[in-house]
Amino acid sequence: MKSLPGTDIAIVGGGWTGLLLAKEIAQRTALNIVVLERGGPRRAGDYTNGMDELDFNVRFSLMQDYSKETVTLRHTPRDHAIPIRQLGNFLPGSGTGGAGEHWGALYPRHVPDLFEIYTKTVERYGEKKLPEDHAIVDWGITWAEIEPYYTKTDKLIGTSGKAGNLRGKITEGGNPFEGPRSEEYPTPPMKVSYFSSLFRDAVKSLGYHPYPNPSAILSTAYTNPDGIARPGCFYCGFCDRFGCMVGAKTQPTNTLLPILTTQKSVVLRNNCSVRKIVHEGNQARGVNYVDESGEECFQPADVVLLCSWTLNNTRLLLLSGIGEPYEPSTGKGVVGRNLTHQISASGVTLFMDKPLNRFMGAAASGICISDFDGDNFDHSNLPFIRGGLLRAMGTGFQPIVSFGTVPPSVKGRWGSEWKKAAVHWYDRVGGIGFSGEHIPYKMNYMGLDPTYRDHLGDPLLRLTIDWRDNEKEMFKFASAKGAEIARAMGAKKILMQAPYDHYDARRYQSTHIQGGTIMGRSSDASVVNTWGQHWQLHNLFIVGASTMPCQGAANPTPTVLALAYRTADALIDHYLKSPGLVA
Amino acid sequence: MLSAASVGGVIVYSLDGKVSRLAARADNTVKIPLRFFTEQEAVIVSAVASRIMPSDESGPGAREAGVVIYIDRQLAGPWGLDAHRYTHEPFDVGAPAEFGYQGSAPPQQIYREGLKQLAGFEQLPESAQDAKLTQIEHSVFFDLLRGNTIEGMFCDPLHGGNIDMVGWQLIGFPGPRMSNAAEIDKYHGEEFRPKPQSLDQVTQEPHRGSEDEAL
Repeated sequence: MKSLPGTDIAIVGGGWTGLLLAKEIAQRTALNIVVLERGGPRRAGDYTNGMDELDFNVRFSLMQDYSKETVTLRHTPRDHAIPIRQLGNFLPGSGTGGAGEHWGALYPRHVPDLFEIYTKTVERYGEKKLPEDHAIVDWGITWAEIEPYYTKTDKLIGTSGKAGNLRGKITEGGNPFEGPRSEEYPTPPMKVSYFSSLFRDAVKSLGYHPYPNPSAILSTAYTNPDGIARPGCFYCGFCDRFGCMVGAKTQPTNTLLPILTTQKSVVLRNNCSVRKIVHEGNQARGVNYVDESGEECFQPADVVLLCSWTLNNTRLLLLSGIGEPYEPSTGKGVVGRNLTHQISASGVTLFMDKPLNRFMGAAASGICISDFDGDNFDHSNLPFIRGGLLRAMGTGFQPIVSFGTVPPSVKGRWGSEWKKAAVHWYDRVGGIGFSGEHIPYKMNYMGLDPTYRDHLGDPLLRLTIDWRDNEKEMFKFASAKGAEIARAMGAKKILMQAPYDHYDARRYQSTHIQGGTIMGRSSDASVVNTWGQHWQLHNLFIVGASTMPCQGAANPTPTVLALAYRTADALIDHYLKSPGLVA
Repeated sequence: MLSAASVGGVIVYSLDGKVSRLAARADNTVKIPLRFFTEQEAVIVSAVASRIMPSDESGPGAREAGVVIYIDRQLAGPWGLDAHRYTHEPFDVGAPAEFGYQGSAPPQQIYREGLKQLAGFEQLPESAQDAKLTQIEHSVFFDLLRGNTIEGMFCDPLHGGNIDMVGWQLIGFPGPRMSNAAEIDKYHGEEFRPKPQSLDQVTQEPHRGSEDEAL
């Protein structure tokens, strides 16, 4: 084991959160920072030639290499787990920028009551309304505490959209259900596709409240407070699962990396896989990692920031023996609890009369309604709690993954009749997507797998997860709403997605996995405090969706970045001045 | 080597992998270098792909797009060898379908074994070919073949399929267009069909696909 010279700060993971923390610390202190990223180097300029559907959207060239590492899956603690052998249900990133390079850049904030989900739900419906086996807890922070940090992230990336609630005043054209915003969006809403415009008109006619999807893809040119200038979107449609050719989609490589490369105090080491956080008593001492050449290294550090995405954050704590692993049969232990994914589905497919020109678009441009999100509607007589967003996105469709959607009346999936129908409908198909909350349960959790190992010989993370009635009923409800809207949009035919059954490793939901190292107000039931600081190892901070006690219907990245900013403040303004638990 | 005529003729692959179309010729003098398939296997795959995406009154199919050449290159590359799949033992082949493919065989092996069941396929009449495919249409092998046929039909021509962008023309996809900013909020309810261009044409420089990466 090679022991390296010490550093002030070691950051595990070079994605959104790791690079954001590195930038903040470098700009605001004189400390030395080492960022360890398991994947290879990337720059914003890498993507100018990347508009190839096959390699990026089908072979997933920006994603984690599953030949090296994956996770195992089982539905209940009684089953033995089976490895997920190929990318499917989620698409983790790897390399500088992480999943922040290939994301779709949808940028919605959570509904304000999500942070107090337990209290608010019980207040309105009573304890009995909560599903059996639930693990719902409050986050320990409120909307008022996180809102300034959401606004800070908006300024960093230039979020495009229209406020619906500006300091308590409902404003025309935005989402009237959102929490009060302190400021308007930095840039106006994106343009929308024909299909999204049909959705907007239809939901309005039904009395719902359409608004433009909040987008981390710029509608117009924007220069952020760091002086990073990015252009508006060209609607080429190569966003989700691609890097942006022009930098209109915000990515760590085009928004954070240009600042970091000018900071002498920051060193980014690629192809370095961290295997362990070394600790002694109530202090982290640094990290062990394997470098590009295969050599084992010890990087001593005064502060360790764990920023390696939900699954790796949890796994590294377990591999390092930090904290007590969660045991569902007793309810003891905290590391690994509250695993949530997301209900994310093309709920209803519409077959339209006219061509849609759906190759044009951007992953984050579209129209949404929040009428059925969170607790924005009465659940008293419904067999589920919470809800989600219905949206018609103008994603920019590409032919390999889109070809072959035909009405249910067409039999077969190959041959002349199928081909004729598939060609006819190719540009006449649109979807109303549903993104719904997945509440936490006692039996959905993470641990280490007893059988399967990664390329370095360390145990894989094991996911125990399955869908329950709450998700199935919510999806059924949302699909019926989707079908109502589809009819109002004038769909010739409608295809309903199959109902939710068992958790399926083949079915892409989203790359939104939460929990495992959750935040809270008490060390008995959480891994970190609400600043992301580890309850026992005070110089270890954990950043990312692993700290979220539950998942909201909204895409998590805005909340992840807001919490990262909050951790930066706690670290720089409090911990570094007076080491100890931040109050 | 595969004779061009046996997969629909008239396509030529130069040494650097570029694809072009010659005036129709019925002889067998144009040869295509194969990377994975034997000539016999390639002929069968070409015939199967043509039943999945037939050349018919609704437009060109797998034959014109050169789907077999695309599949041959994919199988010879990292994907064909499962270079990016988790292949640690034990393999639980009896796992329920929702755990995804759990077999140990990589695509190369699935194809090689699957094709053995289809010996002589190319000589059957179309109705018998369809009957044969109906028998195997729920197999892992057929799923791969069907998926790969769609890929070869609609991929960027840099991967060896979609020759002359016949697939993109069939469905009105323009390929990697750099900007739709002036058009996205126009053409509502009417077709907008810019002439397709490949990535090489748009960027005016050659590209190589992941199938050409060193293993």
